[in-house]
Amino acid sequence: MTSELDIFVGNTTLIDEDVYRLWLDGYSVTDAVALRVRSGILEQTGATAAVLQSDTMDHYRTFHMLERLLHAPPKLLHQLIFQIPPSRQALLIERYYAFDEAFVREVLGKKLSKGTKKDLDDISTKTGITLKSCRRQFDNFKRVFKVVEEMRGSLVDNIQQHFLLSDRLARDYAAIVFFANNRFETGKKKLQYLSFGDFAFCAELMIQNWTLGAVGEAPTVPDSQMDDMDMDLDKEFLQDLKELKVLVADKDLLDLHKSLVCTALRGKLGVFSEMEANFKNLSRGLVNVAAKLTHNKDVRDLFVDLVEKFVEPCRSDHWPLSDVRFFLNQYSASVHSLDGFRHQTLWDRYMGTLRGCLLRLYHD
Amino acid sequence: MPGKLKVKIVAGRHLPVMDRASDLTDAFVEVKFGNTTFKTDVYLKSLNPQWNSEWFKFEVDDEDLQDEPLQITVLDHDTYSANDAIGKVYIDIDPLLYSEAATVISGWFPIYDTIHGIRGEINVVVKVDLFNDLNRFRQSSCGVKFFCTTSIPKCYRAVIIHGFVEELVVNEDPEYQWIDRIRTPRASNEARQRLISLMSGELQRKIGLKVLEMRGNAVVGYLQCFDLEGESGLVVRAIGTACTLDKLSSPAAFLPACNSPSKEMKEIPFNEDPNPNTHSSGPSTPLKNQTYSFSPSKSYSRQSSSSDTDLSLTPKTGMGSGSAGKEGGPFKALLRQQTQSALEQREFPFFTLTAFPPGFLVHVGGVVSARSVKLLDRIHNPDEPETRDAWWAEIRQEIKSHAKALGCHAVVGYSESTSICEEVCILSASGTAAVLNPRFLQDGTVEGCLEQRLEENLPTRCGFCHIPYDELNMPFPAHLTYCYNCRKQKVPDVLFTTIDLPTDATVIGKGCLIQARLCRLKKKAQAEANATAISNLLPFMEYEVHTQLMNKLKLKGMNALFGLRIQITVGENMLMGLASATGVYLAALPTPGGIQIAGKTPNDGSYEQHISHMQKKINDTIAKNKELYEISPPEISEEIIGSPIPEPRQRSRLLRSQSESSDEVTELDLSHGKKDAFVLEIDDTDAMEDVHSLLTDVPPPSGFYSCNTEIMPGINNWTSEIQMFTSVRVIRLSSLNLTNQALNKNFNDLCENLLKSLYFKLRSMIPCCLCHVNFTVSLPEDELIQVTVTAVAITFDKNQALQTTKTHVEKSLQRASTDNEELLQFPLELCSDSLSSHPLPPAKAVTVEKASPVGDGNFRNRSAPPCANSTVGVVKMTPLSFIPGAKITKYLGIINMFFIRETTSLREEGGVSGFLHAFIAEVFAMVRAHVAALGGNAVVSYIMKQCVFMENPNKNQAQCLINVSGDAVVFVRESDLEVVSTQQPTANCQSSCTEGEVTT
Repeated sequence: MTSELDIFVGNTTLIDEDVYRLWLDGYSVTDAVALRVRSGILEQTGATAAVLQSDTMDHYRTFHMLERLLHAPPKLLHQLIFQIPPSRQALLIERYYAFDEAFVREVLGKKLSKGTKKDLDDISTKTGITLKSCRRQFDNFKRVFKVVEEMRGSLVDNIQQHFLLSDRLARDYAAIVFFANNRFETGKKKLQYLSFGDFAFCAELMIQNWTLGAVGEAPTVPDSQMDDMDMDLDKEFLQDLKELKVLVADKDLLDLHKSLVCTALRGKLGVFSEMEANFKNLSRGLVNVAAKLTHNKDVRDLFVDLVEKFVEPCRSDHWPLSDVRFFLNQYSASVHSLDGFRHQTLWDRYMGTLRGCLLRLYHD
Repeated sequence: MPGKLKVKIVAGRHLPVMDRASDLTDAFVEVKFGNTTFKTDVYLKSLNPQWNSEWFKFEVDDEDLQDEPLQITVLDHDTYSANDAIGKVYIDIDPLLYSEAATVISGWFPIYDTIHGIRGEINVVVKVDLFNDLNRFRQSSCGVKFFCTTSIPKCYRAVIIHGFVEELVVNEDPEYQWIDRIRTPRASNEARQRLISLMSGELQRKIGLKVLEMRGNAVVGYLQCFDLEGESGLVVRAIGTACTLDKLSSPAAFLPACNSPSKEMKEIPFNEDPNPNTHSSGPSTPLKNQTYSFSPSKSYSRQSSSSDTDLSLTPKTGMGSGSAGKEGGPFKALLRQQTQSALEQREFPFFTLTAFPPGFLVHVGGVVSARSVKLLDRIHNPDEPETRDAWWAEIRQEIKSHAKALGCHAVVGYSESTSICEEVCILSASGTAAVLNPRFLQDGTVEGCLEQRLEENLPTRCGFCHIPYDELNMPFPAHLTYCYNCRKQKVPDVLFTTIDLPTDATVIGKGCLIQARLCRLKKKAQAEANATAISNLLPFMEYEVHTQLMNKLKLKGMNALFGLRIQITVGENMLMGLASATGVYLAALPTPGGIQIAGKTPNDGSYEQHISHMQKKINDTIAKNKELYEISPPEISEEIIGSPIPEPRQRSRLLRSQSESSDEVTELDLSHGKKDAFVLEIDDTDAMEDVHSLLTDVPPPSGFYSCNTEIMPGINNWTSEIQMFTSVRVIRLSSLNLTNQALNKNFNDLCENLLKSLYFKLRSMIPCCLCHVNFTVSLPEDELIQVTVTAVAITFDKNQALQTTKTHVEKSLQRASTDNEELLQFPLELCSDSLSSHPLPPAKAVTVEKASPVGDGNFRNRSAPPCANSTVGVVKMTPLSFIPGAKITKYLGIINMFFIRETTSLREEGGVSGFLHAFIAEVFAMVRAHVAALGGNAVVSYIMKQCVFMENPNKNQAQCLINVSGDAVVFVRESDLEVVSTQQPTANCQSSCTEGEVTT
């Protein structure tokens, strides 16, 4: 006696969250059944392995049919074939677009192209995430990227509208899309200590402050402006950043800046002497990063530079985070008292974001 | 020209890409009704076209309106080659033809293609303007309401229940026409879908005419079936119960409506040919003149019957009358006479209803059934389907005579079915013999006085258990005792019925699903030899199925079966029998005895030990079941009962005689006493197997109950969480040396595993009950067995469920039972409340859809169609006639849909499972879409009548035909109802999920 056909169709589509997770994780039916057996479900329910097999197959078939709709979540809401309560629809979408930290760290900032897709084999081996799951996550990134790439307006809003994701997940996707678009290097060894959350935090700040959309007004010549509002950094702003170079190039200005900071922080900083000794190096580092951002290559290396030029020196001198915060606050604020410096707004736009990023990046 | 049909094509969405180059589609729509076709403009390059067409108007006869479906075809325009079809939508406009149902059909319909499945959706608006037609020779029957529900629909009152209506139409099956060799599978499938749609419409119209002849206004318990007879044709047949219904919500119209038709009826006796114009049903001549006019050389018929505990006896005739003797006073005799005269005049006093208004059912005799094996031959003249009519007439006659033998003059819970394999066809009919109260059957003049007397004399809730036949002249050797409830009348020891448990019946504990499963191998044979072989096997199968049911019932410690349905399926090389019923413990019937095992070789020590071991196991199981189903009848001392019949001597004699005669099957002692055990003899392997199979039936996991009736006795507090589902399984038997035993085991495992899977899948709904569990078996090929199950899982409130309500009063107050009593009393207040706002003008603009000929103020206001951004409204589906925790406020019409799906890329679509899974999901979707377009939010009495699946994996092909039906309704949550009754009727609209229309 062999089973030829075995199906179950409910008027309301049954979704088993546990099986959905196994499916998303890319397990085959056989593996999924084995994992479910191990979870002790047979003992709890008194079911047999055959029942479990049939149930798993059935759910997998349903998910397979739903997958086409999940690629365009608004379709899932309007389709008539599967009657699914809204809360369940949201869960299906949210889980489908969720990703693994380990995976996203591997592809963050990489071009979402066929080339990268070929590397998924290696990523799968390295992270222990099944290839199937890697593919789904990669395809999700790519799909979201493709859809919002050409769109104007807020990146997060666009993602939310077209993929119906939660606010949190939409923000994460905005970061992924932003990183992929600007190709920030995140894979270097010295960046390994950083989590996706760290990068996503920085991405959000950068989107808010450094992109065209961040200016808060429509570009002056709308039709010539083909850049995406939220995805590309404001080129004009990057050009202008060169002007900050004077802060380190002009010796008097640099000394004045240092003395202002030192005066303000004397006695308040545990690592004052180290700071005093390193001030010029740190300041040069931060300003040079800004000045270099006109080149695409240097934009990509932004995080490498920040870690090399600022995070690592401070860490080697064992600065506590609170001292870093005091320093950066004072370092940014003191520029306002430099009479010869005319680019206060530019400095604030740059440093305000950078300060946030650096504080987030500064940990072990 | 009595009708104008208006159609508007609004828009499409999610269309498939038809032009690879542009990844877009140039779509347009053809709207066809009868022979008239309209086209929309081509909407270029879009997957979401906005046609916004003008109103296409068809001027048609109402006859056509009833028969023809509206056919909408979406095509892709192609300048150079033929236009490609994207898919079709068939819309049955029947619901627009009667005044109380829908006035407009408007909504998104899935565009369906028989090869590709659903391909996008189309938004359509359909309206009908009906003109009053006074032609009395009309062929249409617009205005007759149809209900699949097998009880009086909620929010209606039965004024008169007229009785049985039946009709069948035949045609050639397009799949077997010569043209099919040259046309595409798509064209062939579409021809079939269209034809069946047309035939259903015609059938419904003809039935409607019969109802009008009977002065009825509705058909309840309408059951329509298709017989795919292959080469010999296509038969569409339907049965139903004609009624005069009265809407409860219009108290003003109450009295006149119920009186006028009944007065007229006096002048028209029932026994006159109800339909002189159409050549349809069997001869309606009186019984004695009945001729069986089929060719005897080609038709083999063998009927076997079973009625209650009657297993093999030929029923004695002439038993019906003169049974007044002990069991009723003069009043009862009068009542019986009246009923009888009312019913005896009818050709077939049958009722397809399974639940009845209180007091309708007086006594129940037991199950009556008849089967007949026929050889199919080509239907030569489709307009004169006499052979098929004669076949059914013959079977119905037999049912009628069985009922008579049981002292009953009517059959309730009546149904008919067929099983076809090649050229052999088994026709089956079954029902429950019963004695009915004439109140609902006759004119209303005597109603007043009768009603009064009824209330005095007949309110016993055990009444229906009392035997209708003469105790001194019993049709079969049943064992009788005095009723355990009233102690006045005689009751049998077990009761089998095809109806739902009467709501006023007193039940102890809970019920459970009981199934008997059986396979018998049969030699492959041709034509007549085959028919003979099947005929010979049938009585044995019936007998064994019956034995199994009886054993399982005893094992459960119960004494009555409700909703019994025995299905016998014929295949090439085997016969399958599957009986499902819901077992209960009726308080009025005696406590069932246990089961005793007797061996044949008494001197073998180890054998004895084995026997006693089995005996212990059985006793344990019975004890366990009693606990599980909370069966704890109050102890009654023997003296009070004072039953004169069970004499110990007689018992033992019977026992002995049976043990001598039996060596083939297990024997049952049919006349055991109250304390007496049921004896199973295990003297060969067959019997051993039976005992084993008895014990292998695993009870459902805790928190689960199951039944095949509408409601589960002992559970009253349903929550509103329901889940209807269909599950299909096909197994392939290993063809090598199949034995009956192996076959039985395979079949048993198949059903048990299926149930286990259901319990597992629905575990999140615990505590829950699977209601209306409906198993269908088919044998699509030599070694394939297909089982299809449709049921609904309903969650109930555990805390309250623990209290077993024993008293009638408590029970009838539970609203989940939604019994007819509630129907007659409750809704009077509730419905009239919700609809008392009838004359209130709506705040919004009113669009008068219909020039109502009656002028009954049936204006409706339809809110705007759902905007594109709104999510799809939820449509509930259930095989039950009610929705727990909700009130059905309106019936929108019958849903009767037939779909074919075919594929030539089976592997790519996920194999047979993927193919059928998708198809069933699509069928559900199309049913929901049609209901939503009618303005409804649920389908009740939903049934999947057919699911014919054929595959050819070698060719990578599969085909499936599905036929579903049900009643589209609008329901309002009971919690919302209170709001509605106090506020404006617009609240009604908001609460009922879809944007449906509101009666204003």
